[in-house]
Amino acid sequence: MAKFTKKKEGDLPAVSTASLPDIVFMLLFFFMTVTTMKDSSLLVENTLPNASEVKKLEKKDRVIYIYVGKPTQEYQKVFGTEPKIQLNDKFANVDEVGSFILAERAKKPQELQNVLTTALKVDKNANMGLITDIKLQLRKVNALKVNYTTYEGDAFNNLQ
Amino acid sequence: MRRTRENPEVHAGSMADIAFLLLIFFLVTTTIQTDVGLDRKLPSDDVINHIDVNERNVLRISLNKNDELFVEDRVLGIDDLKQQAVAFLDNGGAIENQLLCDYCKGAHNPKSSDNPQKAIISLSSDRDASYGTYVQVQDRLALAYRELRNREAQRLFGQDFTAMEEKFYAAETKEVEKTALKVNIERIREMFPLNITEAELNVQSQKQS
Repeated sequence: MAKFTKKKEGDLPAVSTASLPDIVFMLLFFFMTVTTMKDSSLLVENTLPNASEVKKLEKKDRVIYIYVGKPTQEYQKVFGTEPKIQLNDKFANVDEVGSFILAERAKKPQELQNVLTTALKVDKNANMGLITDIKLQLRKVNALKVNYTTYEGDAFNNLQ
Repeated sequence: MRRTRENPEVHAGSMADIAFLLLIFFLVTTTIQTDVGLDRKLPSDDVINHIDVNERNVLRISLNKNDELFVEDRVLGIDDLKQQAVAFLDNGGAIENQLLCDYCKGAHNPKSSDNPQKAIISLSSDRDASYGTYVQVQDRLALAYRELRNREAQRLFGQDFTAMEEKFYAAETKEVEKTALKVNIERIREMFPLNITEAELNVQSQKQS
């Protein structure tokens, strides 16, 4: 037992910091995994409708997002309450959708340019007229794969 | 004063193990939220439906500005849409040999669709209809297709079509299995192809009939 009793008396031994890198790395990895990159802040209300027959939208690098909805409270004074289109970080008109898609497509690597999907994130209270116009624009630039992004749930919740 | 005298160093050798344990725990349990939605393909702009369509092969669904649903000009509750769509798709009214649908279990009404390949659902919506209702209609139609596809997949391969698709897209499925599945999936898809079109078809089919 002599081994254990041979301690210096009085002064506090320093807490070992050898494991500090591990802890830091752990935190780093944790945040790396749970963080999703937010590329644009929403300027429109975006309560998606519910649907049950959904498929996952995988491979985020192959997706172009278009947001549609009423402008949020702080923008309503300027832009009114009619549903608007949001492309990246600003409001846009319907006729800008085509050029937006082309510009986004040009940014993607060559091999992905033919397999892009356009995700329409549309507020459930938006009217169909706007959506029809957007779809017409998409067809003009040959962006034919669309995904009506929804929440997973019973579609009957859409009614209220 | 034994306590002050004895200040053993905190044993830190296992700290790394604990850290990794936690790391792995979080890695496994956190799911990054993925978007879900209904995939659809828009018709191409340069080929605007030059196919000849018979009136009986078209099921007209429309939404008016008050979000009311009309099927063949009659008001219909949205709950009944799936059943109506199934009845239309599965009708198999053709009697000629090359169009005959031997797996259809419908009413074989000669006034309704010939076979599922010919059957087209035409969906039109008023500009003021709400998007929520539109998605709901699309969802109901998808449900009708899934029901029929599942039925045939059960009959031919003894499993649900959705299960087959899931297995096909799962990463852990082996390549050999995938190729086999792909053939089966395509066969079912051919039996009940997803023919939902929007608006443009109307003019063409009226001319035809």
